[in-house]
Formats: sequence, C-alpha cells, structure tokens
Amino acid sequence: MSETPAARAAAVTPPSVARKIRGLSDRAIAWIFVGPTIFLLLAINIFPLMWTIRLSFTDFKANRNREVEWIGLRNYQRILTDSDIWLNMQATAHFLFWTIFFQVVIGFTLAYLINKKFKGNDLWTTIIVLPMMLSPAVVGNFWKFLYQPQIGLFNYVIGFFTGKDPSSFEMLGQVNLAPWSIVIVDTWMWTPFVMLICLAGLRSIPDYIYEAAEVDRASKLRQFFTITVPMVLPFLMLAVLFRGIENFKMFDLVVQLTGGGPGSTTELTSINLKREAFEKWRTGYASAYAIILFVTVFGLASIYVKALNKVKER
Amino acid sequence: MTNFFTGLMRLKRGPWEMLATILIGLGVFMLMQPFVLWAYTYSFITTLVGTVMFIIVSHFKD
Repeated sequence: MSETPAARAAAVTPPSVARKIRGLSDRAIAWIFVGPTIFLLLAINIFPLMWTIRLSFTDFKANRNREVEWIGLRNYQRILTDSDIWLNMQATAHFLFWTIFFQVVIGFTLAYLINKKFKGNDLWTTIIVLPMMLSPAVVGNFWKFLYQPQIGLFNYVIGFFTGKDPSSFEMLGQVNLAPWSIVIVDTWMWTPFVMLICLAGLRSIPDYIYEAAEVDRASKLRQFFTITVPMVLPFLMLAVLFRGIENFKMFDLVVQLTGGGPGSTTELTSINLKREAFEKWRTGYASAYAIILFVTVFGLASIYVKALNKVKER
Repeated sequence: MTNFFTGLMRLKRGPWEMLATILIGLGVFMLMQPFVLWAYTYSFITTLVGTVMFIIVSHFKD
C-alpha cells in the first residue's frame, strides 16, 4: 500500500481530463490555478476602481437616465474648495487623533501591566480582548443605551463621580459632547488591539538585555526609556498606522451611534461620501470624493507596508 | 543630512522613499488641518504626488 496521494489522484482522474493535462507545461498549469483569482481580482477590485476614476470626471447621476457629460477636474475642484467637506475632514481628524492617542496610551499601559507575570494573567488578557471581538453594529447599539440620559449607565457613573445630574447632559445629542462620545466608544472597542500589538513587542525583547542593564546598575526608569520604549516603538508605529487607516474609513460604529449628528458634528468623511453617493445621487461627484479618500488611504498604506517591512527586518 | 542628499542624487531607494513618505504625511496633514483652506485645496495633489513617487521609487536600488 505505498500508493502516493498524487498516484491516487491520477488514478481517479477521468481519461479525457488526464489527456488534456498531460500536454500542459508547469507554467500553464500554474496559470490555470491562479487565473480565476486574477480574474476575480480584476472584476471586483481593479475594474470598479478604473470605472470610478472615469466617473469622477463626469456629471453622472446613477438615478437619472440622461446623457453623461465630461466635466474634467470640476468635481475635484468643487470638493477641494468646499468648506463643508473641509469641516467633515476636520471631524475625521479629531476622531482619528484622539482615538489613536487614547488607544496608544491605554493600550501600551495595559500591555506593560499584562506583561508582568501575575496570577490570572491569561484570564485578564481574554477579558480585555473581548470588546474587539464584537460587531461594531452591536457595540454602537448598546453604547447608545449606555449614553441614554435617563437610564444610561454612562451618565449615571459620570453623575456619581462629578455630582452632576445624569439627565442634565446628553452625550449623543450635544454638539460639544457628541465628537467625544464616538471617541470613547472606538477607544473602548479597539484599545485591546493596540494592547495585543504592544504585548507582542514587549515579549520580543530578550531578558538578557534587561539583565545586562541590571548589571550596569541602570534604574528601572532608565531601562524603560532606553530599552523598552525604543524596542516597542516599531510595533507601536504599526498599531498607529493600522488604526489610522481603519479609523479613516470608520462608518458603521458612528452611523449606529450618532448617524453623523447632531447637525454634522460627527459626520465623518465616509458618512458624508455615502450621503453624496446614495442620498443625493451625485455619482460623479461622489466618485471624485472616493478617489481623494482612496489616494489618502493608499498613501498611508504605503507607509504602513514600509513600517511593516522594517519590523520584519528586526 | 549630507548622506540624505547624496542618496537622492544617486537615486537610492531609502532617501527617495523618505521624501515620498514626508510628502504623503504632509498631504494628509494638509487635508485635515483646521487652519487654512488653501492647504486643504492643495492637499490632494501633494498626497497624490507622494503616493505616485512612493510607487516609483520603491523600485530603485538600495
């Protein structure tokens, strides 16, 4: 019974198929396997991208059956001089900056604590990681309940510690609080992700470096700033870039929580883009908008890949 | 600093990638800054130049 799997497969291959394959080179067989994937990639990713680029130079409206006019760079010109879209970009920047800031600070602190050996270490890691396993739609929904001014736990806790009446403020309904409400939820959800990356960085530092530092009588603070921080930095950078790209495209969580409101204070670019494309049906305009966001994310992704390669080289 | 400019002159990948990265970063900052509208207007072209440059220079030799 020394029959190999290849021999068994050859035995069950119908003679007509076997005849056809026998005459093919290895390269041709490789193309047969790779071909469907390349076709799908072209059909699902590359073609729509090219089509969007083409539409971005027209005044096409998907809900109107009329002649499409070529308008050159006018869509780009309109978007890049529109102060309302500029405000959306600023809302996105506020969201991006503060979520990344809090996630990095809290994530790194948690990773540093978890990295210390203590009883129940694994259990705590699992508990901390739970939020990122949930669906953004679910998280958005239950935080909406937590933010309720009358019955919400969040308002109650804030009221308990500050002495304020819990029903006197509305996290999702007030212009000055709504941008922070989405920052809090995203931080709650994605800090574990940053923590895991930092933990990987911390665990990659060999013990002998700390032992050598101990021999040289370096203080704990000195060890932290000259060993821990520099060695975790590439991992941290990776986490920042990854979260940056993800949050730049943030949609579901914010739609569930505020729907872009009150007014347009939490209307991030992705929400605004969806409104332009599928509520106002300005398809050409929305295509140009999408291309601007795409180039930005693509640029950030290029830096991300470079940072990733640097981490791999270590 | 001198190495950086020498690298640029000799079409080395490292310094050119650095330059492209700076352009992309600058473009993203210009896109989202709350200070001046003209910076927002020119942000896209800055990011686009940086990104295209990055794609080209990543094929340069080390």
